[in-house]
Amino acid sequence: MKNKSTSFWLFLAPTLMALLLVVFIPALVGLFYSFTNWDGLSFTNFVGWNNYLSLMSDKDFISAFWFTVKFVVVTVILLNVIGLGLALLVTQKFKGNNFLKTVFFMPNLIGGLILGFIWQFIFTEVFPALANNLGLNFLNGWLTNQATGFWGLVIVTVWQMGGYIMIIYIAYLQNIPDEIIEAAKIDGASAWQRFVNITFPMIAPAFTVCMFLTLSNGFKIYDQNLSLTNGGPYKSTQMLALNIVNTAYTENDFARAEAKAIIFFIIVASIALIQVYYNKKKEVDL
Amino acid sequence: MKKGKLSIVILGILLAVLWLFPFYLLLTNSFKTPKGIFNSVLSLPDKFFTISNYPEAYEALNFLSSFLHSLIITVISVILLVFCSAMAAYALQRNHSRLSSSILLLFISAMIIPFQSVMIPMTALFGKVQALNMWGLIFMYLGFNASLSIFLFQGSIGSISESLDESAAMEGANHWQIFRKIIFPMLTPMSVTVAVLNIVTIWNDYLLPSLVLPEEQYTIPLQMFMFFGQFTKQWHLAMAGLTLAIIPVIIFYMFSQKYIIKGMTEGAVK
Repeated sequence: MKNKSTSFWLFLAPTLMALLLVVFIPALVGLFYSFTNWDGLSFTNFVGWNNYLSLMSDKDFISAFWFTVKFVVVTVILLNVIGLGLALLVTQKFKGNNFLKTVFFMPNLIGGLILGFIWQFIFTEVFPALANNLGLNFLNGWLTNQATGFWGLVIVTVWQMGGYIMIIYIAYLQNIPDEIIEAAKIDGASAWQRFVNITFPMIAPAFTVCMFLTLSNGFKIYDQNLSLTNGGPYKSTQMLALNIVNTAYTENDFARAEAKAIIFFIIVASIALIQVYYNKKKEVDL
Repeated sequence: MKKGKLSIVILGILLAVLWLFPFYLLLTNSFKTPKGIFNSVLSLPDKFFTISNYPEAYEALNFLSSFLHSLIITVISVILLVFCSAMAAYALQRNHSRLSSSILLLFISAMIIPFQSVMIPMTALFGKVQALNMWGLIFMYLGFNASLSIFLFQGSIGSISESLDESAAMEGANHWQIFRKIIFPMLTPMSVTVAVLNIVTIWNDYLLPSLVLPEEQYTIPLQMFMFFGQFTKQWHLAMAGLTLAIIPVIIFYMFSQKYIIKGMTEGAVK
């Protein structure tokens, strides 16, 4: 197909038009607005870097940033450990392993908003009942302070995404030829030695994929945050995405919300670019 | 059975029970009276059994309307996404110029832009042209989700030999006919993958539709959010409503599990 041919452009037209109108033009317009006093409809002044500078004294934004970072660190570790653990479990040969895979993956298909509501019920209604029956006092008062709100979000996310990370590890685990494992067994390698010396190095690429996936998903989480805690109590569990939405649509501070959105873009895009760079480098090393 | 294997099976069963426990709680409590939930949240409904939560929740959620809106929006968006992305990927793959690779790069680079970074000016822009409704939403899904879809199709088209196109062209077929009759049918496995990925994200999406849809076009997640605002802490209705909301997903999962797992793996790994 030639550049100048009409069919080349006709084939591209629907998606290219949508991409420009929905993503690129708004992105550029948004960048522009972040330097003005835009109120959602119009603007009267350019304010230079003021919107960005004001973020440095925006306590809610800063606390949302650190809360999100903490959340990302914890979930990246937990999701990879649990995802890999589940993958190793269901790739063992026993009856019912496929059923287990189905079960672990299921929460991932249900929307974050709905899962957040289900778990809100569990944390606020079921946990106290468990606390009573089992005498475990720490199960009382969940979602009423920052710490339990944090761990509540972590639990929902791990329960939801664990199965997703699991299937990615499974895809790589299944690529390991059986002969290598058998040969190692014959040579007398223990299960642990086989894992450390064979399995682990062979699934290293899966590790990269899952690392970045959990990293960027963690930063972008919104639905679960909204339905589980709605950022409360007193905005103490507000994450970045929720903070941006609230700045725009609750406080109607559109220009500052846009500045936050640009900062958010820089964070998420940097993670993605590091991943691309890292993958390219690895391809060269191979 | 060897001892090691037995302990693996037991561990598996325990974890599965743990994983399914939220669903057990959801289902059992959806059949209890408010008093039943208050008295014994962990047990089976038993003497507190009632089915009346369901009609009430169905009504309050405006379930038929929200289900149909979810369905129409998802189906039309996914059909457009599969077909238009395959078309674009075909054009980009079969054109070997620098322009073509730049356009592909443009699509791919859009994947690193998070939704929250464009949502505010995007909604303002679409508001100006009166496009904040389900048709506007479908167009937005085409823009946001085309990148990954094109990227996935592009790989599959690369493995279809160009001599196939050439011999069809010699027999007088034009680009459209070649794509429609020869290439697109050969892409079916990838079309399924792309469809699955988009069905799951669009069906469950909350944030974008919440900014775009008017109340009479609310989808299931939006209705659910509104419902929680109105019926705070009426857990008996909430449990029935949430069960209703996840039934379509579970049915979809049961019938197409194989494709879903394959599709979601490919979407992440490639």
